[in-house]
Amino acid sequence: MKILVILCLSLLSSLSYAEIEHHEFQSIEQEQSYQTLISELRCLVCQNQTIADSNADLAKDLRRQVYEMLQQGQSQQQIADFMTQRYGDFVLYNPNFNLKTGLLWLGPALFLLIGLIAVLLFARKKPNSESGLTDQQKSQLAKILDEGEKP
Amino acid sequence: MLKYLLPFLLFIALAVFLALGLKLNPKDIPSPLIDKPAPAFSLPILGIPEKQLSNQDLQGQVWLLNVWASWCVSCREEHPVLLQFAQQSSVTLVGLNYKDQADAAIEWLTKLGNPYTVSLMDSEGRTGIDYGVYGVPETFVIDKHGIIRYKQTGAVTADNLEKVFMPLINQLEAEAL
Repeated sequence: MKILVILCLSLLSSLSYAEIEHHEFQSIEQEQSYQTLISELRCLVCQNQTIADSNADLAKDLRRQVYEMLQQGQSQQQIADFMTQRYGDFVLYNPNFNLKTGLLWLGPALFLLIGLIAVLLFARKKPNSESGLTDQQKSQLAKILDEGEKP
Repeated sequence: MLKYLLPFLLFIALAVFLALGLKLNPKDIPSPLIDKPAPAFSLPILGIPEKQLSNQDLQGQVWLLNVWASWCVSCREEHPVLLQFAQQSSVTLVGLNYKDQADAAIEWLTKLGNPYTVSLMDSEGRTGIDYGVYGVPETFVIDKHGIIRYKQTGAVTADNLEKVFMPLINQLEAEAL
């Protein structure tokens, strides 16, 4: 019985840790915009988390900022621009394509291209005769193989 | 010969890139605000909350904006450097008291000394967002035209002060208005 009570209490205590933010949205679209935005913005304090995942103070403030801007009727693009102007391209998980982020976007394609060129070059260099043996060696080889087949 | 040299050169190139990558500080995110006008603010003064100070009031002089808080551990490390700076320089040092309690902040300054010309209360962190603050302490250098010329994330050390901040401040002071 005691154990049961302790178990129940421990369950309750973990509930109190979970912080639930309550936001009211004017429409489903607005709520979807909110969810999209907060899962595309990087928390700069804990760099590998989105502000949706992070419980850092800054992430909370940025979620509040996103919510308020949506309430004011600003578009997703406007909010993304607002964040980029302050925190740079790094704040977006999907940064805009520009001079600074160009290598980031084109890098994988570039490396694939380099790889393909390398493969083509190596494939072409392969000698025509597969074994590289002289005629004399070839006839010798045939002879040996021939002998081997005989019982 | 090239057959053996080429992979070796590729390896060297890769190693150089990786070595550089190791030396970079991922926490150091370049601010897009450099060479842009300092974002506007009008905030209550710490200790005199009925009075406000705006960025307009600081126009025409070189000034520093130092983001700090009493809960911030690195600020404590930075504090003596700022005190030293306040002693040796007459440049306006504005403190942005970021997401802090006024009484805790005042107590901090009374106990450790106050290097700031004035400290402003940004209790909700909104001005902080406008300045792209993500890791307190942060220090901005703003020129006579109200343009942000430099930003440092993390504690200012005596070495930074001597090698980076002072030369820059002197250069900006010499610029014509």
